[in-house]
Amino acid sequence: MDALKQELKERIINALNLEDISIDDIQDNDPLFGDGLGLDSIDALELIVLLDKEYGIKLADPKQGKEIFQSVETMAQFVAANRTK
Amino acid sequence: MYAISKFINISQDVVCENGKEIFHNQEDTFAAFMKNVYKSLNISYPKFYKMDDLCKLAFIASELLLQNETEKDIALLFSNNEASLDTDLKHQQSIQNQEDYYPSPAVFVYTLPNITIGEVSIRHQLKSESAFFVAENYQTEYMHKYAEYLLKTNKAQKVLCGWIHFLNGDYKADFYLVEKMGILEHSKEHINDITK
Amino acid sequence: MAVFIHDTNIISPLGFSTYDNFQNILSGKSAIEKVFINDKIGSVYAGKINDELFNNHFQSINPDFKGSRIEKLLIAALSPIVEKNPLKNGSVLILSTTKGNIAALANNDLNAAFIDQLVQNINSYFGFKTEPIVVSNACTSGVVAISLAKRFIEMEQFTNAYVVAVDELTPFVVSGFQSFQAMSNEPCKPYDADRTGVNLGEAAVAVFVSNENRTESIQILGDANINDANHISGPSRTGEGLFLSIEKALNEAQIASNQIDYISAHGTATLFNDEMEAVAFNRLNLQNVPTNSLKGYFGHTLGASGLLETVITIESLKNNVLIPSFGYQQQGTTQQINIITNKESKVLKTALKTASGFGGSNSSMILVKNVDHVRN
Repeated sequence: MDALKQELKERIINALNLEDISIDDIQDNDPLFGDGLGLDSIDALELIVLLDKEYGIKLADPKQGKEIFQSVETMAQFVAANRTK
Repeated sequence: MYAISKFINISQDVVCENGKEIFHNQEDTFAAFMKNVYKSLNISYPKFYKMDDLCKLAFIASELLLQNETEKDIALLFSNNEASLDTDLKHQQSIQNQEDYYPSPAVFVYTLPNITIGEVSIRHQLKSESAFFVAENYQTEYMHKYAEYLLKTNKAQKVLCGWIHFLNGDYKADFYLVEKMGILEHSKEHINDITK
Repeated sequence: MAVFIHDTNIISPLGFSTYDNFQNILSGKSAIEKVFINDKIGSVYAGKINDELFNNHFQSINPDFKGSRIEKLLIAALSPIVEKNPLKNGSVLILSTTKGNIAALANNDLNAAFIDQLVQNINSYFGFKTEPIVVSNACTSGVVAISLAKRFIEMEQFTNAYVVAVDELTPFVVSGFQSFQAMSNEPCKPYDADRTGVNLGEAAVAVFVSNENRTESIQILGDANINDANHISGPSRTGEGLFLSIEKALNEAQIASNQIDYISAHGTATLFNDEMEAVAFNRLNLQNVPTNSLKGYFGHTLGASGLLETVITIESLKNNVLIPSFGYQQQGTTQQINIITNKESKVLKTALKTASGFGGSNSSMILVKNVDHVRN
C-alpha cells in the first residue's frame, strides 16, 4: 500500500503539473481539494483519466470522484480494490 | 491621439522591454526559459505550470507589461496565425490511436486560442472587452483602428495588444499597451516596428 | 451611426435556408438524434448535417468546386447573401469559428488546419478586395463577429460586412467534451431540473451587415464582450462577466431591462452554465422576460452558435412569435427565470442575445425591429 501511495503522489504531481511540489509535501491524509494543493475542477477530471489510464478503472459516475479523491489515502484504497492493471 | 506606453518582445532566447534586452535565455527548452523568467518575477501563481506553451508565453509577456499597472479596464486583443494548433496536435495525438485512447481535459481546455485571454484576464482581474483574432501576419491596420475605437468610445481605458506565436517549439510574442500617454505615438509605423 | 443586419442564411440539419430552418423550428422539430462519430466514441446525441442532402444542395451552388467539407458549408451559407448583395471594394469578410478545419489533423494535414488558409480560400472564392477578419473566441465568437462588424462599420473602416460562422461536429471536439464529462447521454435539456449536459452540433451561417436603413432590417442597438476573470472553463458563480456585458449593451442601446421583449440565451444544459445565466439575468431584473435556449433544436454549434441563434432570434422578432425552449419541462436553476414553454404569437420589438464561452468570455447584443427605433 505504501508503494502505491508513493506512486500515486508521483503520478498526481506529473499529471496535474504541480511543479513546485514534491512527494514529501503531500501527506497521505491531506485533503487534495480545497486549500491544500489548490486543485480545481479540471484537475478532478484529469484524475478520472489517470485512474483509467494507469489502473484501468473506468468510473461509472464521475460524481464518485468527490469521495475517491478526498486524499491520497482514499485514492489508494479505491485503486487497490478496483484496479485492473 | 493615443500612445504606446510599454512594449515587450519575446523571441528565441531573448526578452526585451521597450526595445532593451532584460532577460537572456540560458536554458535548453522553452519550458525552462519561461520558468526562469517566471521565477525572476517573484510572484506566486502555481496555475502558471498548468498552462500550455501558448498561454505561458502570453502570461509572461502580459505579466512583464502589467507589473505595476493599477488600471483594471484594459481591453485584451490577442492574435496569431496558428490559433491553438500546437495544443490541438497534442489532443489529436491522444485520440488518434484507438488502443491508446486517453483524451485529457487539461489538454483539451487549451485547444482554444482565447484561453490566453482568459488566463491573463484571471491573473489581473480584468473584466474587460476582449477578442482573439487569427491572421497570417499581424494586422496592424485593423488592430490600430480597433484599439483606438475602444478607447474613443470609452469601452476600455487601455488596450493590450499582443501577437502570440507558438508552434512546434518556434515562438514569438510582441505585446504593447495603448493608452492616452506613453513613450511612443500609437502609429502604424510603430506597431509594425514592434511586431516585425 | 445605425448599423443593421439584413439578409441571413443558415445551413444546418434543419435546412439549407433561414426559412426552412425557422419553419422546422415552428413545427417543433429538433435536429438532435443519435449520431455515429467513430468506432471508439460510438454514437452520441448530436445535430449533424446530412451529407447526402447537403452535397445535393451544393450541386446547385457550384458543381465544380472541389474543396473541404467546411469550405463547402461556408460557400453554401454565403452564396445567397452575396447574390442578393454584390460585393463592393470596401466589403469585408468576417469569419467566426472555434476550430475551423480541425478535421484535417486526423489526416495528418497540418497545413489544411490553419484557419487563415480556410478564410483566405473563402475570401478569394467570393472576390473580396480586403483582408478578412477571423475571430476565434470560443462559443461567443458568433456574437463577437457581429459586434466587430458593427464597430468596424461605425469606424468607417468598411462599407459593409459579410459575417459568417461555422464549426463541424468532429471526433476532435466530441472526445474533448467527453473528457470534460460535459456531454449528455440523452437529448439536452437547457435550464431543466434534470439536465445532464450538452449535445454538440454543426452549422454554417451567414449574415449581411451594413448601415443602410432597409425595411425589414434589424438594428444592432448595443453590444459588449466582457470576461468573467474567474476560471478558464467554469463560469463565474455570480455571472459577473455576463452581467457586465448585458449592462453595457443596455447602456449603449439606452434602454432598460423592462424594454426587452425576449432573451435568446446561451443555455448549454450544463449545470453550471445555466445556473450562472439565471443568476446574471436576475441581477439585471430580467427574470420575467420570455427566455429560451435554442440548443435543444440544433445542439451546441460552438463557433456557429452565436450567429445561428442570432438569425433565429431575428426570425422570432420578424414573425412576432416566441419559440419554446426545446427540452425544458421544469425549473432547474436556483433562481427563477421565465423559460418559454409554449409557442406564442406576441408583438416583439426588442431582443437580447447572449453567449458565454470557455476562457470566461461573455457577449451580449441588443437587436431591435422597426424603423422608429433607429438611433443615430
